[in-house]
Amino acid sequence: MQNRTLEIGVGLFLLAGLLALLLLALRVSGLTLGSGNDAYRVYAHFDNIAGLTVRAKVTMAGVTIGKVTAIDLDRDTYTGRVTMALDNAVDNLPLDSTASILTAGLLGEKYVGISVGGEEEVLTEGSTIRDTQSSLVLEDLIGKFLLNSVNKDQAN
Amino acid sequence: MSAEKQYAVELKGLSFQRGDRSIFDNVDIRIQRGKVTGIMGPSGCGKTTLLRLIAAQLRPSQGEVWVNGQNLPTLSRSELFDMRKQMGVLFQSGALFTDLDVFENVAFPLRVHTKLPEEMVRDIVLMKLQAVGLRGAWELMPDELSGGMKRRVALARAIALDPQILMYDEPFVGQDPIAMGVLVRLIRLLNDALGITSIVVSHDLAETASIADYIYVVGDTQILGEGTPDELMNSDSPRVRQFMQGTPDGPVPFHFPAVDYRDDLLGAR
Amino acid sequence: MRKTSTLERIRLFGRAGIDVVATLGRSSVFLLHALLGRGGAGKPLQLLIKQLYAVGVMSLAIIVVSGIFIGMVLSLQGFNILSDYGSEQAVGQMVALTLLRELGPVVTALLFAGRAGSALTAEIGNMKSTEQLSSLEMIGVDPLKYIVAPRFWAGFISMPLLAMIFSVVGIWGGAMVAVDWLGVYEGSFWANMQNSVAFREDVLNGVIKSVVFGFVVTWIAVFQGYDCEPTSEGISRATTKTVVYASLAVLGLDFILTALMFGDF
Repeated sequence: MQNRTLEIGVGLFLLAGLLALLLLALRVSGLTLGSGNDAYRVYAHFDNIAGLTVRAKVTMAGVTIGKVTAIDLDRDTYTGRVTMALDNAVDNLPLDSTASILTAGLLGEKYVGISVGGEEEVLTEGSTIRDTQSSLVLEDLIGKFLLNSVNKDQAN
Repeated sequence: MSAEKQYAVELKGLSFQRGDRSIFDNVDIRIQRGKVTGIMGPSGCGKTTLLRLIAAQLRPSQGEVWVNGQNLPTLSRSELFDMRKQMGVLFQSGALFTDLDVFENVAFPLRVHTKLPEEMVRDIVLMKLQAVGLRGAWELMPDELSGGMKRRVALARAIALDPQILMYDEPFVGQDPIAMGVLVRLIRLLNDALGITSIVVSHDLAETASIADYIYVVGDTQILGEGTPDELMNSDSPRVRQFMQGTPDGPVPFHFPAVDYRDDLLGAR
Repeated sequence: MRKTSTLERIRLFGRAGIDVVATLGRSSVFLLHALLGRGGAGKPLQLLIKQLYAVGVMSLAIIVVSGIFIGMVLSLQGFNILSDYGSEQAVGQMVALTLLRELGPVVTALLFAGRAGSALTAEIGNMKSTEQLSSLEMIGVDPLKYIVAPRFWAGFISMPLLAMIFSVVGIWGGAMVAVDWLGVYEGSFWANMQNSVAFREDVLNGVIKSVVFGFVVTWIAVFQGYDCEPTSEGISRATTKTVVYASLAVLGLDFILTALMFGDF
């Protein structure tokens, strides 16, 4: 019957479309189900966040443990306040851990790296990381380097 | 109401404009129940428009269109669709659904409007096809049919729901003499056998005159004349006579309205 | 010929503006009538399936073939440029983002307008010129419900599916070129892609785009068919209009949607 082939064709088409969505979700975007909600927020103040963007990774020992959810200026201290959502599974970060803004490769994207501290108390929802290391700004580095060499020249 | 019984369709003070052009201006037409009424006139005078006005596919600019005691322009969209079940139209091209075969084409109105069991649909379809002499062609697709056969299948479809009013839009155009003869006979036969009111829009004089009980001649936004075929043949009106006898020039001018010929040629200099 | 005065030009301009607004209005009423109100005739699901076949399944071949080629070309071009910076492994990320955010929805919509849209216009226009639409009306079936609505829904449903299929085969074609031919390490190809592609921001936004495009392209196609002059020239003009208007609408809307989704407002 002609209707049957028609229906089978349409059925396959719909299946192919759904399969495509599934592939896009799992294989291409690496979506893992059930993440996202079980996270806690932690703040960190940086003198210069140059180039860090929302959605940037937060890593520890190279493993992604969360992401940056907001960046704004603290009006009182004139520093950049970065809000991070950290995975609930990682709930044993010492309070004196260090957050630094790093670059993946020479031209890569910025991300936040957290190195572990030694205190007993741990970071919880709403706590602030005090020990921070700002982004490396290339212009500052070059400026310092030039100043050094000029000083050396003068010394000679 | 006796008028409603006598007349299936009544147009009262009907006017219709397309853009700035007036097609009908204050026209009255009454179509008697159970008779074959011809609507004739030169090409392009709005005969098909008149059909579409009766079928409420077009809305008049002014006036009333009474069909079976209901004034169509006042009806809502869904009431109109119900109303149209009482009417059948045979379009010029037949207008068969090209993706359905002959059987399904005729069965279409039944399937849409009734919940009849399949055997009954089959019987009705075969009866209608038998009436137009094409029962043997039920398996064919529309593009396998000749023009005349298409029109007959379309006729079978138009009468599938046993309408009270059946309208024919130029049924004789482009038909060979045999097909024409078949159609003329069918129109008369269906009218008499089923008690249908038939409206035939055409400019084919001889064929229409041979089956119509009453004829309206329209042209130039007006009704030029009305009467039985015999009355019209001997009409006093020069315009009706010109049409009925087919003379090229007369009250209906040979020339399209234009500025003066001499002025037009010399005026450009 | 008489010279057109300035006033006359202004009048013509105004006339054109009125025509545009009138067409917009008519097409909106047309769509409302087709989608809302009293139910149509026959079995709506059957009609929809038939149209899904005609609109969706029949467009599948061109979508798949174009998708593979576009993915392969993207991969090739991306590799050439990225290898200058020593970051060939980012080619996966580039191919995936380009396809998901832009080329998937846009190219699919353009192909869809050419393949399915023009066919819809021609089909409906043909039905109009052979009086099949009038004939449906006289049988007491609303052609907006019976003819237009199933075709509209079929286009609306097919378009996002086609766009997703396009993206998937495009990424697959890109992976084939990058990994099997150019020798990018497979692990970093996929890892880079997965790291940078976010499901909600990239995949879903792409799907939303394709839904909007599907709506607009199908709407233009069925309206042009229904509104065309019922002659052969009228149908061919309407078919051309469908492809031109639909393509312009897709590209214009793409800019607006991209600005809304990816621009920082």
